[in-house]
Amino acid sequence: MAEGTHYIDKNEEVIKIRGLYKSFGDKHVLRGVDLDLFKGENLAVLGRSGTGKSVLIKIIIGLLQPDAGSVIVLGEDVNQLSYPALRALRLKVGFSFQSSALYDSMTVGENLAFPLRRNNRSMTKSQISKTVNTVLEAIGLPETINQLPAELSGGQKKRIGIGRTLILRPEIMLYDEPTSGLDPITSTELNNLIVNVRERFNTSSIVITHDLTCAKAVADRVAVMEEGKFLKIGTFDEVFSTQEGLIKSFYDYNFTQ
Amino acid sequence: MSSTNGKSDKPIINGKIDRFFLNFYNIFDFIRRLVREAVRPPIEWGEFIRQCYQVGYKSLALVTVTGFITGVVFTEQSRPTLSEFGVTAWLPSLVAIAVVRALAPLIAALICAGKVGSSIGAELASMKVTEQIDAMEVSAINPFRYLVVTRVIAMTVCLPILMFYNALIGCMGSYFDVHAHEQTSLVAFFDNAFAQITFLDYTTALTKSIVYGFTIGVVSCYQGFNATQGTLGVGKAANISVVVSMFLIFIEEVIIVHIFNSIR
Ligand SMILES: Nc1ncnc2c1ncn2[C@@H]1O[C@H](COP(=O)(O)OP(=O)(O)O)[C@@H](O)[C@H]1O
Ligand SMILES: [Mg+2]
Repeated sequence: MAEGTHYIDKNEEVIKIRGLYKSFGDKHVLRGVDLDLFKGENLAVLGRSGTGKSVLIKIIIGLLQPDAGSVIVLGEDVNQLSYPALRALRLKVGFSFQSSALYDSMTVGENLAFPLRRNNRSMTKSQISKTVNTVLEAIGLPETINQLPAELSGGQKKRIGIGRTLILRPEIMLYDEPTSGLDPITSTELNNLIVNVRERFNTSSIVITHDLTCAKAVADRVAVMEEGKFLKIGTFDEVFSTQEGLIKSFYDYNFTQ
Repeated sequence: MSSTNGKSDKPIINGKIDRFFLNFYNIFDFIRRLVREAVRPPIEWGEFIRQCYQVGYKSLALVTVTGFITGVVFTEQSRPTLSEFGVTAWLPSLVAIAVVRALAPLIAALICAGKVGSSIGAELASMKVTEQIDAMEVSAINPFRYLVVTRVIAMTVCLPILMFYNALIGCMGSYFDVHAHEQTSLVAFFDNAFAQITFLDYTTALTKSIVYGFTIGVVSCYQGFNATQGTLGVGKAANISVVVSMFLIFIEEVIIVHIFNSIR
């Protein structure tokens, strides 16, 4: 589990989700999700492909609207906000995409500078480039600054994607499958990065993954999702001490092959 | 509000008819949002100028070549008829009228639809399906303002310029042909050519190309911004951008010509 100087405040929920439902057509994806993320906490959301993990965090950031239920992020109800207010809230919430979603016409440096330039019109060029360099150094890729996304490896893309959200100094980070499609060594590097991000940037995070090694390495609590609901939420050991069929098979699949 | 919206998908009448009206509503909503965002400062000068450059850069060569050829061919084709009546002296003004009233606005617009519309459609669609547009959203950037407003305005501003340029090149083409056959001087040719073109002709041509430019911009940005289905959607967005833009341009041509003829 993650260790370090961070402090988890169990009295302060930075994300509070109640009774969340979401369907696409007659496909019921989320069916009553309740979740709290505490300040300073890393929470892993585990679940099979297609259970609605990505849909859940897209609703948290307001990319999708739920059919029912409420999402309170840093005290604000995401679905009641005007567009400018939503954008103001998004400055405080970082979102790293499963696909990295780097701007493929821009270099790495420009990818990182873009959100800064757009959101801080008073910043000078040298301030921006200084911040870009700081973040690139924090994610361990200062040498890629002039490369295009097409020239990067999968692991590097994920890191840059994370860096691009860190540059706005978010209070909350949402990671969508940070280690999917990566080899075990690169995955471990990303796990370490996620742990370091919390120490260095004081974030609270939701990490979506189907990789138990990742969950174990980065998370204080894990939540197991199945069919649009959480089956179980607790520490890694609490959740996986069970003999319950699905959770057990998840564990066995990851650790006993 | 956001680029991926989650409207309820329950059919009201039946799937197809619903989708048809929903599409209409969505396009209307798209244009309304466009107008609202376009009038709100600050203007995105950097991206706007980059897009203007793109429009010009992508279409200039084709607009030049087709303009010139149109002028030459139209002159050659008209000469026999005019010479039967012994009025080949009318060639310059005939060509100028044809080019300004009808040919240049259409040719410039069709070239831009094919060249620029398809690339806007493909570019935005690929940004959409690779989640780059969502990435802007979550970075608190308004992708609609940054991507759509700038492109639509650039198209709307640049097409009239390209159209007048196309008309001028068309007349140049005609001049070379007339000069070779009738030995008319450049000054005499242009004096003659533009003598017959009225203020209303210029206004019509300008109106047309503003409307066509706006149409190409809106159609291709809409297709790109709302693309789905991964890489397949990119090709589809590019293709539909061109087809729908061209179709609408012809319909608008008919309407605008009728309106201006009624006040002529
Ligand atoms: N924009 C959308 N439109 C329609 N269906 C969607 C959309 N987004 C997700 N889905 C569906 O919702 C389900 C859950 O998707 P997702 O949250 O991406 O799964 P995962 O848990 O693997 O991240 C999938 O079956 C997917 O097909
Ligand atoms: Mg997913």
